[in-house]
Amino acid sequence: MNQPAMPNSFRTGPDEQGMFGIFGGRFVAETLMPLILELEQHWNEAKDDPEFKAELSALSTFYAGRPSKLYFAEGLARHLGGAKIYFKREDLNHTGSHKINNCLGQILLAKRMGKKRIIAETGAGQHGVASATVAARFGYPCVVYMGATDVARQSPNVFRMKLLGAEVRPVSAGHGTLKDAMNEALRDWVTNVEDTYYLIGTAAGPHPYPEMVREFQSVIGTEARQQIVEQEGRLPDVIIAAVGGGSNAIGLFHPFLDDKDVRIVGVEAGGHGLDGIEHCASMNAGKPGVLHGNRTYLLQNDDGQILDGHSISAGLDYPGVGPEHSWLRDTGRVEYVPILDNEALEAFQLCTRTEGIIPALESAHAIAQAVKMAPTMGKDQVMIVNLSGRGDKDVHTVAKTMGMEI
Amino acid sequence: MTDTRIDRRMAKLKAESRPALVTYFMGGDPDFDTSLSIMRALPQAGADIIELGMPFSDPMADGPAIQAAGLRALKGGQTLKKTLAMAAAFRKTDDDTPIVLMGYYNPIYIYGVERFLADAKTSGIDGLIVVDLPPEMDEELCIPAIRAGINFIRLATPTTDDKRLPTVLKNTSGFVYYVSMTGITGSALADTDRVAAAVTRIKGHTDLPVCVGFGVKSAEQARTIGACADGVVVGTAIVNAVADVVGAKGEITADPVGAVTTLVSGLAEGVRAARLAAAE
Repeated sequence: MNQPAMPNSFRTGPDEQGMFGIFGGRFVAETLMPLILELEQHWNEAKDDPEFKAELSALSTFYAGRPSKLYFAEGLARHLGGAKIYFKREDLNHTGSHKINNCLGQILLAKRMGKKRIIAETGAGQHGVASATVAARFGYPCVVYMGATDVARQSPNVFRMKLLGAEVRPVSAGHGTLKDAMNEALRDWVTNVEDTYYLIGTAAGPHPYPEMVREFQSVIGTEARQQIVEQEGRLPDVIIAAVGGGSNAIGLFHPFLDDKDVRIVGVEAGGHGLDGIEHCASMNAGKPGVLHGNRTYLLQNDDGQILDGHSISAGLDYPGVGPEHSWLRDTGRVEYVPILDNEALEAFQLCTRTEGIIPALESAHAIAQAVKMAPTMGKDQVMIVNLSGRGDKDVHTVAKTMGMEI
Repeated sequence: MTDTRIDRRMAKLKAESRPALVTYFMGGDPDFDTSLSIMRALPQAGADIIELGMPFSDPMADGPAIQAAGLRALKGGQTLKKTLAMAAAFRKTDDDTPIVLMGYYNPIYIYGVERFLADAKTSGIDGLIVVDLPPEMDEELCIPAIRAGINFIRLATPTTDDKRLPTVLKNTSGFVYYVSMTGITGSALADTDRVAAAVTRIKGHTDLPVCVGFGVKSAEQARTIGACADGVVVGTAIVNAVADVVGAKGEITADPVGAVTTLVSGLAEGVRAARLAAAE
């Protein structure tokens, strides 16, 4: 394996072709190319436009509730012994997760581009809810594609989307999870290119999506970096986030990438373990390939057919990952580790009991990694865990694992 | 100008003043042997060029029919290696009919581009259509394919405007595949006047033959499209003819070769009548 050259900065990517090293790119059907180029042009104009930035900033403050708090999780830290643990409270945002950050940015872009209709894919339903929310707020019709398996295991979010006026279309292809929802959303987009804006929920897909979603989510890391300096007087020793597609993680990580002394850990869904195929740890157990418009680490067989994977957490149940994470993995800047379903479930319970905070199962994976690391660290050391979403949506799933029907 | 079986076939048909019938079927659907029999029957039934589908687990530009065909093929054990073996087996009895492999990039990328091109060449492959490799990604496969003497056939769509057409056509060879509508495979046919106008527009930018696909299902449609294009591509209708004789458990309920032959013969009649109709 060729080790990519160590860059002077980890924060300059992607290049003009949308590449992070060998990862990223624009692997899409010709029908979509003119749209993607148009999107890139509008994005490049918008990101430096003070008016666009001011509108997004006002919505983030007064609608989404930013900045989100950086909270010292004293109860959990005391229980574990060792490092001081801070939670970045993205669960307190409007709609209950970090997804709103990206949706507000992209809906403003859709408005700028004069699009008339919003489509989105969703796994756990958090991005679907956030998309339906901004569509309602700005008066757009919205169609959300969601795998049939996820529709069943995330029924509260399905109902929320419907209340918000979105149409939820279940996708039964494959295992009926996020991958299949994304295929179907792309098919919709290819068919309705004229008037439709595809609001991708994670930092993946064809360029410029990975960069754009990262920029909208980087508010997490930018705030956290400032907040920890205010509260602790220094940068953290470790930052941790769960990685499915990887938008909450890249949002936290990106502003810290050039802080050499900050150890950065991304947590993949280890499912039932990496020995079999019942996991979603694409960077630990997959290899580079091309899917959904970008080259990245993928779970696949020897013939290049994509595997479905498994995770207890619908939001991590995706066989790929955003291309920038693949590059950060290969450069060694970020460590990616797996957390098993049962470890995440234990962390879910522990956080609920010691902090009075019910975390999303996705975020519980990051907490589980903190549970492993904190006791090995000193009491003067500081860790930030991205609490990317709240766990109300997961109580049915968790109850089921405890043998209860609610 | 390249000199491949595609170029020679297109030149011959131009001399005969009739459009090409380009037939797509899914390699390995529902199993290798049946699929090879279908492939062998295609030229006899009137197919001028064969598009051999490479199954992929996540065909993001295909409709339900081709999605299902790909899954049947994968379930039947088809791999890219077997698809190449199918072409090689076909070549033993037919050295003239051009074969174009059509599919998605990932299986090729995993196979290894250089190894794939070498094996494709020895298997008698003449051209490639890779849906998710736009001109922006030409370094991946298009340029190496041209170097290996294999045509890289690009799709042009209604969203490909005059500004973008030169980019799309730049490294295209063999023919241009005009996708007559935005959407996934198997959708309804676009208005023929608009198709004719689009073909004329593309021909203003290139001397390559222009074949039209997406939505052609009947002999009548083949005749109408054939009147304004150098070739008519039929895919979903053929895939459906196979699907109709495969039962719920994958068992074959009637003769798939016969079903495809009947359909393709009818389409061939339509295509052959196209220029007569245009001359009337």
